Amino acid sequence: MIRVQREDFDYGKEVAALSDGNTGVGGVCAFSGLVREMAAGSEIKSMTLEHYPGMTEKALAEIEAEALRRWPLEKTLIIHRYGRLEPGDQIVLVAASSAHRDAAFDACRFLIDWLKTKAPFWKLEESDQGGQWVDAKDSDNTAHDRWLEKKD
Amino acid sequence: MKILYFSWVRDRIGVGSEELNPPESVTNVEGLVDWLKARGEGYQKAFDDVTIIRAAVNQEHVKFNHIVGQNDEIAFFPPVTGG
Repeated sequence: MIRVQREDFDYGKEVAALSDGNTGVGGVCAFSGLVREMAAGSEIKSMTLEHYPGMTEKALAEIEAEALRRWPLEKTLIIHRYGRLEPGDQIVLVAASSAHRDAAFDACRFLIDWLKTKAPFWKLEESDQGGQWVDAKDSDNTAHDRWLEKKD
Repeated sequence: MKILYFSWVRDRIGVGSEELNPPESVTNVEGLVDWLKARGEGYQKAFDDVTIIRAAVNQEHVKFNHIVGQNDEIAFFPPVTGG
């Protein structure tokens, strides 16, 4: 399931729903991303996430479908927020449930790594120095590339 | 065609979206960028370094040699920073 929303989410409730009523699930792996108070040495007052409505949902659905194709998963979840957030706020939640832990761990990591390079979100950080758009990191591309399938 | 701008690309151009009719000589994303740059200072600033500009056609990431047509929705933005 994918959700793009302004509102906050209940981490415990969302993660519990990945195994709820399904005794075939042996493990659930979840990752949540939060707004950090420090960026490039200055204190952040807020972070505003902009996105491309329509393309965002499409991109997230493609990433989720790819995870379900690659691993034997019971359920997957991607929640991504947009709008103005403050330090400590939740930004994103990705989670996967499976019969065994390896698939859950790998799929969870895959979901967040590909989301970072494919989902059309942009972050504007506001500090005492004003607003600053966050640059993409090379390490995000490296994390994305580790999941590329080798072509024979 | 409908053209959308996000993040600092929008800030520099000054609008988030616009309907434009480029000439028939504009056949791909690269040609569209060149045509847009001639529209004014904001566009020139936005597309000054195209190595940090990404494009989507009909909500799919594309390369700059991707074909564009009158009925397409084209978006320009910096590399994405979600998560």
